[in-house]
Amino acid sequence: MEPGHVNAVVVGAGAGGGIVAKELSEAGLSVVLLERGDWVSFETHGQDELINQRTTPLGNAYGPDDRSPRVVEAAPGKWAVVMPNEGAYGNNAACVGSGTVSYGAMAWRFMENDFRMRSTYGAPEGSTLEDWPISYADLEPYYEKAEWEIGVSGDMSENPFSPPRRRPYPMPAFEYNREGLILRAAATRLGLHPFPIPMLRNSVPRAGRNACVHNRYCCGFACPNDAKNGTQNTAVPRAIATGNCELRTRCIASEVVVDERGRARGVRYFDGSDRARYQTADLVVLSGGAIETARLLLNSKSRLFPNGAGNRYDWVGRNLQGHAYSGAVGLFAEETFDDVGPGATIAVSDFNHGNPGICGGGALCNEFIRPPYGFTGMRPPGAPRWGKEHKDFQRRNFKRSVVVMGPVQEMPVYTARAEVDPGVRDHWGIPVARLSGGRHPSDLETGRFLASKAEQWLREAGAVSVWHNLPGRGLSGGQHQAGTCRMGNDPKTSVTNRLGQLHDVDNLFVADAGLHVTNGGFNPALTIMALGFWVGHHIAEAWKGGGLR
Amino acid sequence: MGAPEPDTAGGAGLSRRTALKLGVVGFVGAAVGVGSTAAFARLVRTTRPRYRFFTDDEAALLVDICDQIIPGDEAPGATDTGAIDYIDRQLGGPYARHRRAYRRGLESFRRTCLEAHGGPFRGLPAARKLEALRSIESGEAPQALWDEPSARDFFNMVLAHTMQSFYGSPRHGGNRGYASYRMLGLDYPQVVGQNRYPKA
Repeated sequence: MEPGHVNAVVVGAGAGGGIVAKELSEAGLSVVLLERGDWVSFETHGQDELINQRTTPLGNAYGPDDRSPRVVEAAPGKWAVVMPNEGAYGNNAACVGSGTVSYGAMAWRFMENDFRMRSTYGAPEGSTLEDWPISYADLEPYYEKAEWEIGVSGDMSENPFSPPRRRPYPMPAFEYNREGLILRAAATRLGLHPFPIPMLRNSVPRAGRNACVHNRYCCGFACPNDAKNGTQNTAVPRAIATGNCELRTRCIASEVVVDERGRARGVRYFDGSDRARYQTADLVVLSGGAIETARLLLNSKSRLFPNGAGNRYDWVGRNLQGHAYSGAVGLFAEETFDDVGPGATIAVSDFNHGNPGICGGGALCNEFIRPPYGFTGMRPPGAPRWGKEHKDFQRRNFKRSVVVMGPVQEMPVYTARAEVDPGVRDHWGIPVARLSGGRHPSDLETGRFLASKAEQWLREAGAVSVWHNLPGRGLSGGQHQAGTCRMGNDPKTSVTNRLGQLHDVDNLFVADAGLHVTNGGFNPALTIMALGFWVGHHIAEAWKGGGLR
Repeated sequence: MGAPEPDTAGGAGLSRRTALKLGVVGFVGAAVGVGSTAAFARLVRTTRPRYRFFTDDEAALLVDICDQIIPGDEAPGATDTGAIDYIDRQLGGPYARHRRAYRRGLESFRRTCLEAHGGPFRGLPAARKLEALRSIESGEAPQALWDEPSARDFFNMVLAHTMQSFYGSPRHGGNRGYASYRMLGLDYPQVVGQNRYPKA
C-alpha cells in the first residue's frame, strides 16, 4: 500500500531540507522528509583518520557508499566513473543532517557585497557573475534564526567588516588556541583585524546538550559529545516532534513527477529495501545539495519539460561552484600545537572585498588540526615525499606547523556543470550525475593574492619557513558545492525566483546551496540554513494564505 | 565499480611453497587410503596462506619497498608496524580495485630491478635501492616494463598506502602499537577525563 498523500515532500535532510521540514511541519503542514542516508553517530567510525568525511581513502564515514557513483570528465572528451571517496566525485555527505554532522561548523554570514557581486565588480569575461535577487538585508532575519535555532558561538565586535546584525550571537565566542594567540598578535602588528571564528558549536551548554570539549578531530567527524550543532540534533528532531513530519531514511529519490498542467504531483523514490515508491504531495522541496538536486531535476522529464523540470532554458546544473582554497603553511622554531581542538579559531575578513585589481576575495583562517596522515602531504616544493628525510620532517614539524587558508569566492562559469550521464546508472538504475568544466582564471589570481597574504601573516608570526598552497583550474564543487539552480528574477537566466520557487513549476522549490548565485568568500553552511528558513517561511506563509494547494 | 580482479597468480594467493606442501600431504593421504575430497578440503584450510591477496614473493618485495618509504630508526618504520597487513587487508575490501595494479606493478618492479639495476631488490646495496625507487618514482624506469600501471602511478599508490598504514588508525592493520602517534607525541586514544579534557 502506498503511504497517504501529504502536503509536502522534502528531499534531503541536510542544512537546507532539515530546516524547511521543521518550518513547514511547525506551520501545520503534513511533511514527508526523504533522506537517502541514515542516522549516524560518532561510534561507527570514531576518530579514524582514513574513514571520515574529510580524508576518505577507505570510504566516507557519513556516506554515500559505492552504490552511488558519478562520472567526471577526466580529460577533454574522456569520461571516467568515480566513487564517492575519490576527490573528483565532489562529495558532501549522505546521512540525516548531511554535511552538518561532520562539518567544521564555521558559521559565516555572507557580506552585503557577496549578494551583489556583479554590481560591485562587473562580470569578468567568460563568467556568468550576477547579483542575487535578494539582498543581505532580506536574509538578515533568517541568518539570525539560524544562529539562534541551530546554535552559534561568536563575537563580531572586533571585526569591522562584519555585516550589520540586529541581535548578538546566542553563545560567547570560543577562545583562541595557541595558534590563534600567535596569529592574533601578528595580525594586529600588520594592521589587520583578527576575530574569533563564529562556530555552530556550543561554547557553553545549550538546548540540553553539552559544551564543546575541544576534541582533537572535529572537521570531518561526528562529535562524540554532541556539542556540534547540525540539523540532525536540532531542526530534524524538532520537525519530528511536531507530529507532522515523517522522516524516511535510506530513501533514494529518482524523479519529481510533473503533470500535464506543469504542476509537481509527488516524488518517486526507492525505499531501504530497494522497492519503488511514489509519494504524492501538494508541493515538493528539493534539498539534495547542488549536484544531487540538479540531477533530480534533470531526471524529472515530462511532456512539458522534456529536458528536465525547470530546465526550459538550460540553466539547471550550470554554474557549479565551490571554493578555490588558497593559503600557506608555516613552520615555526617552537611548538605551536596545543592539542586544543578543533584548532581553527582565528580569522580575518580584511581580504574579502576591496582588494586592488582583484574580483572579490575570501576570509583567511587558521586551519583545523591536521591528522598525522594529512600532514604527510604537507611539504615545501621539492621536499622528499618518502624515506628517512620525510619521516624526520614529520617528526620535527608536526607540532610546529601552522596553516592559514581561505575560501576564494569563485566566479561562476556556465560550462562548469552537473548534468545526467547518458549511460551510467547507480544501484537503483537512476542515471548518475556527470561533472565537467573548470574554474575561471580570475579565481587563480584571487587565490595567489590570498595565499600571499597568508604567507605574510605567517612570516610576521615568526614562521621560519613558509610555502604556498594554490588552487588549480579543475572543477570546483565538493563539500561547498553551490550554484546549480541559481535564483534570479529573469526566468531565462535562472532556475528559481527569489523565493526558491521554480519559475516554471509553481509548487516545486529548491532549498539548498544550488540557489546560491555566488558562493561568498566563506564556508556556506549558515547561508544554506538561512535560505532554508527563508524558503520554508515563504512556503508556510503562502500555504496559510490558501496558496500552493 | 572496481570489479574484483580474478586471482591469476597461483590462485587465491597460494604460493608455490604452499602448493608443494599440499601435494606432499595429498600424496600421504592417498597412501593411507583417506584421500577423500572432504579430508583434502580440511587440509587446505589448515594451510591457509599468510596473506589474503599477495603471494609470499610479492609480499616480501612489497615489505622491502615499504621499508624504504618509511624506514625504521629510533622509532619503528612501516615494516615493523604492519604496512603489508594493512595493504593486504584493504585489497580484500575498499582497495579491491587496486589488485591488478599491485599484481602487475610488483612484477614490473621486480623485472626493473633485474634488468636495469643488476639484481633482485633485496640484494641491492642501499644506494642502488634508492636509485631504483627514484627511477620508478620519476617514471624514468624502462617504459617497456611498465605498461599499466605506469611506474609513477604504481609508486604513488604504494606511497599513499604506506603512509596510510603508518599514520592512520591502527584498526585497519597498520600503525601497530600506535607507533606513529608515539613518535609524534600524540596521546591516543583520547580518553575524556584522563589524558585529555578534565572538565568534560
